[in-house]
Amino acid sequence: MHRRLTHAIRPSEITPETLYRERRRFLGIAAAGALLLPPALQATPRRFGPLPRSPFSTGEPVNSYKDITSYNNFYELGTGKDDPARNAGRLKTAPWSVAIDGEVERPGSYALEDLLKPHTLEERIYRLRCVEAWSMVIPWVGFPLGDLLKRFQPTSRAKYVAFTTLHDPEQLPGQRRAVLEWPYVEGLRMDEAMHPLTILAVGLYGEVLPGQNGAPLRLVVPWKYGFKSIKSIVRISLTEQMPPTAWNRAAPQEYGFYANVNPAVDHPRWSQKRERRLGELRKRETLPFNGYGEQVAALYSGMDLTRWY
Amino acid sequence: MVLSERWLKRGVFLLCLAPLGWLLAQALLYDGLGANPIETIIRFLGDWALRLLLLTLAATPLRLLTGWGWPVRLRRLLGLFAFFYAVLHLLAYTVLDQFFAWAAIWEDIVERPFITTGMLAWLLLLALAVTSNQASQRRLGRNWKRLHRLIYPAAILAAVHFTLMVKADLREPLIYGAILTVLLGLRLIRR
Repeated sequence: MHRRLTHAIRPSEITPETLYRERRRFLGIAAAGALLLPPALQATPRRFGPLPRSPFSTGEPVNSYKDITSYNNFYELGTGKDDPARNAGRLKTAPWSVAIDGEVERPGSYALEDLLKPHTLEERIYRLRCVEAWSMVIPWVGFPLGDLLKRFQPTSRAKYVAFTTLHDPEQLPGQRRAVLEWPYVEGLRMDEAMHPLTILAVGLYGEVLPGQNGAPLRLVVPWKYGFKSIKSIVRISLTEQMPPTAWNRAAPQEYGFYANVNPAVDHPRWSQKRERRLGELRKRETLPFNGYGEQVAALYSGMDLTRWY
Repeated sequence: MVLSERWLKRGVFLLCLAPLGWLLAQALLYDGLGANPIETIIRFLGDWALRLLLLTLAATPLRLLTGWGWPVRLRRLLGLFAFFYAVLHLLAYTVLDQFFAWAAIWEDIVERPFITTGMLAWLLLLALAVTSNQASQRRLGRNWKRLHRLIYPAAILAAVHFTLMVKADLREPLIYGAILTVLLGLRLIRR
């Protein structure tokens, strides 16, 4: 079912001033050409209609919109925590298309609108645990990745799902320096990808995702460290071999393919036993699988998680 | 001349307090420390400890290059302020970040190279700070100068401490490392 998007004025006090101005300026230019553009492509701030709640959502207090959108790791928009919010205006998210290829019966390149059309968006309030030992609670808007994958009919050879971020140094100026090997790539095992907790997100706080949070389409895998949840996706490939992943490629002894949140396996340079929930003064204990062990631990039964970190 | 030097030291004293003033203003008046204020505070204090350490180490090369005497007479003041920010940096880590979780702190010191190097640098600076007065200088005689050469390993450890903390973007710590290399290198050249 297609969830309707309703237009709403976005509260300016929660929008960073520079971004707000940038957007105003852009809208001014866009207004001149508005008559020529189909409505779907007009860059109007959008709010999703009422969203169904999910039994997978946590009841913990959510972090503020400001925290979630001003403290980001998105190296393509700068390596400082506040860089992505400052540079997000460069990222043009419409039009946007996603290639789906590899071991699927129906490969192709799809406009984002068409990709989303059959899915019912819902709210998923998840904990996010960064590998840097901080965490947040974020009200995402999205839908299960598995539902999307099924539509394209993975073949029997599909064992993994590989994701790729947009590679365009004009829009993502952080890609001008080889801090990581660009484009950013990530991957999941098929059963992880099909797990109902794994979602593709298109919004947060009931609104369209801002650029710094990985607009217009990002992965969210709540039981893994945040870097697995790849942003601004342009390609989803189903593969037979385990795909390369960006941080593993950069520092294999520090970041594994699985990257499940695990307080028993420290990062070589810092402890993973505790974390700071942003907004809290004292650190809290980190939970195995970020507290989603009941749902996902079975995926890894028999695996030595100190080896497959 | 004596009077103007006194005013120079007072001016530098106030300048050295300015970063702390800025931090307090951000924290108390402007809500300017961002989503992770504890991290912001710790990084800020560490940055200034390192910057002041480099300024302290700039005094001798500056004299060698220009013949000016005043930079060397500011050296102790700058060094003590470097230690002052290093103390606040360590306090922020111990109190705000770890909240006196001594077991976790000990584990950090023993197991994590970036904490180990930072802690070692801090201990060296402590030894220099407590012997920075004239009484110690007299008592230690020529050993005083030897002891205070520990500022070199302290600065190197501090720069390594910063480098080891970073995940991927080494630009900033490497800039500090390059400045340190130049400051130490100038001494070797002018020997």
